[in-house]
Amino acid sequence: MQPAIQVKSLTKKYGDHTVVDDVSFEIEQGETFALLGPNGAGKSTTVETLEGYRKPTSGDVRVLGTDPLRGGLSWRSRIGVVAQSLGSETMLTTRELLSHAARVFPTPRSVDEVLEIVGLSEHAGKLTRKLSGGQKRRVDLALGIMGRPEVLFLDEPTTGLDPEVRRQIWDLIDDLSDQGTTVLLTTHYLDEAEQLARRAGVIIGGKLVTVDAVDRIGGADARVPVVRWQEGGRVHEERTEHPTSLVARLAEERGELARLEVIRPTLETIYLGMLREHGSHDMLQEATS
Amino acid sequence: MSTAANTAMHTVTPVTGLDRTLPPGHTLRVGIDRIRLELLEYVRRVDNMIFTFAFPIMLLLIFASAFGSADPVQTPEGEIDPAAMMLPAMLAAGVLLSGTQNLGIGVAIEKWDGTLRRFSAMPIPVASYFIGKFGQVLVTSIVQTAALLAVGIGVFGFELPQSGEQWGVFGWAYGLGLLCCSMLGLALAQLPRSVNSASAIVIPVVLLLQFISGIYLTITMLPEWLIQIANVFPVAWLAHAMRFAFMPDAARFAELNQEWDLGTALLMLAAWTVVGTAIALFTFRWVKRS
Repeated sequence: MQPAIQVKSLTKKYGDHTVVDDVSFEIEQGETFALLGPNGAGKSTTVETLEGYRKPTSGDVRVLGTDPLRGGLSWRSRIGVVAQSLGSETMLTTRELLSHAARVFPTPRSVDEVLEIVGLSEHAGKLTRKLSGGQKRRVDLALGIMGRPEVLFLDEPTTGLDPEVRRQIWDLIDDLSDQGTTVLLTTHYLDEAEQLARRAGVIIGGKLVTVDAVDRIGGADARVPVVRWQEGGRVHEERTEHPTSLVARLAEERGELARLEVIRPTLETIYLGMLREHGSHDMLQEATS
Repeated sequence: MSTAANTAMHTVTPVTGLDRTLPPGHTLRVGIDRIRLELLEYVRRVDNMIFTFAFPIMLLLIFASAFGSADPVQTPEGEIDPAAMMLPAMLAAGVLLSGTQNLGIGVAIEKWDGTLRRFSAMPIPVASYFIGKFGQVLVTSIVQTAALLAVGIGVFGFELPQSGEQWGVFGWAYGLGLLCCSMLGLALAQLPRSVNSASAIVIPVVLLLQFISGIYLTITMLPEWLIQIANVFPVAWLAHAMRFAFMPDAARFAELNQEWDLGTALLMLAAWTVVGTAIALFTFRWVKRS
């Protein structure tokens, strides 16, 4: 089966500035793939290239076998775009926007069904510009899924939303995935990637640092537990597959250890390690804030 | 991945392998639905309703009342009521506002607030977008023109065109004028660089054109050099043709060279329609690629 999304050596430069640097990956049909990275890393540029809004400087991208720059209306009817807060000046209600979308797509979902899925049934008659930030985000999402897309692009779907709404959106994305929707998600939340995607790519400074199953990102070594303690005013760290025996041995040799910790690296620590290795200090600060 | 409850609630219908053929007449069908939405947005935008729709009607009420007590303009062929000149002036203003100002601001906002991008991500033909825009302009302009005529004739007792020739001129001046002003609006919409600057850039251009083109200030008040400058642009000619349609023939003594010049009016409106269309075609981007 042909992959839903193919990206080969994608490079995008603005003048001398390389925003996306030789990025390659593939996403299988029906797969949910997360593109992780700090702001300004090149995630959105990559996704916007796949949506047909940016012209690659070099490289080749295909979505459902089509070059997005040549994708016509029938190609558009097969993809869904959830970009960030578009059409913010509109004077229409959510129901009006969705009813129009239902007339535009050849295989639409029903307006009421979508309103219910995204939890906006009660607010359907309000002008979208009067909705809260989280509700507006759900309008974006509703418009993105209206046409039953085969490929759905989700650019930071839950940024700035409260935990409960995030959870609801995650459930919704899971349901879409069950229906065979291919989902490309960008996020800088690790828990989001862990929750939704089987595979993820980490993009830092325009470069795709790694692509792997979410539970393997960073390699097996990165997941080796760390034993940390303080001795003589210095922090000591030792990586070991057998932390229990190490702690037992240390206790025998040196007695009580100050500030003893056994750390099992989570995806978060692995990701932060990658940022430290590849990225600038600014990116790290942003990712941890 | 999904919870059992979710799976039970929604029957899983696969999204692949669906027949997604767009039905025949898709462009027109979507376009007609766009007219509906465009009209809803138009009436809900309060600033738009005041400064584009109601403005010429309010000004007709004010100016026609103010000029009502003014001395008649003396011509070799009789007197001309200066108040009556406000009806053709406001008809021309209405066409300019409904076309240029409305589309200039509206399209610029939709360009910068992401609306165009949202549309272009869906199977909306660009032709449908323009059917929606022109449909909205046509409907709102017809209502506005009817309201102006109703106020002019009903409230002030001004006259409708009196001859077939005057009706004919009103017909082409209105039709071609609206097309011309709409195209100039689309061209002008490319100037603002943000949502907030849309009105700030479009309104002064439109306002200035009205002042020099004998709309707010009647042509008898303007110095000849200013009229010559205004005559480079289409609005003065639109107003000229409207005066021909609504004023008695003696009003020609108040015109430049004291004569009607409908041939030039037609030519100028047509020429600016071509210019506006060309600029719009070259500058409008449905899918903006960077």
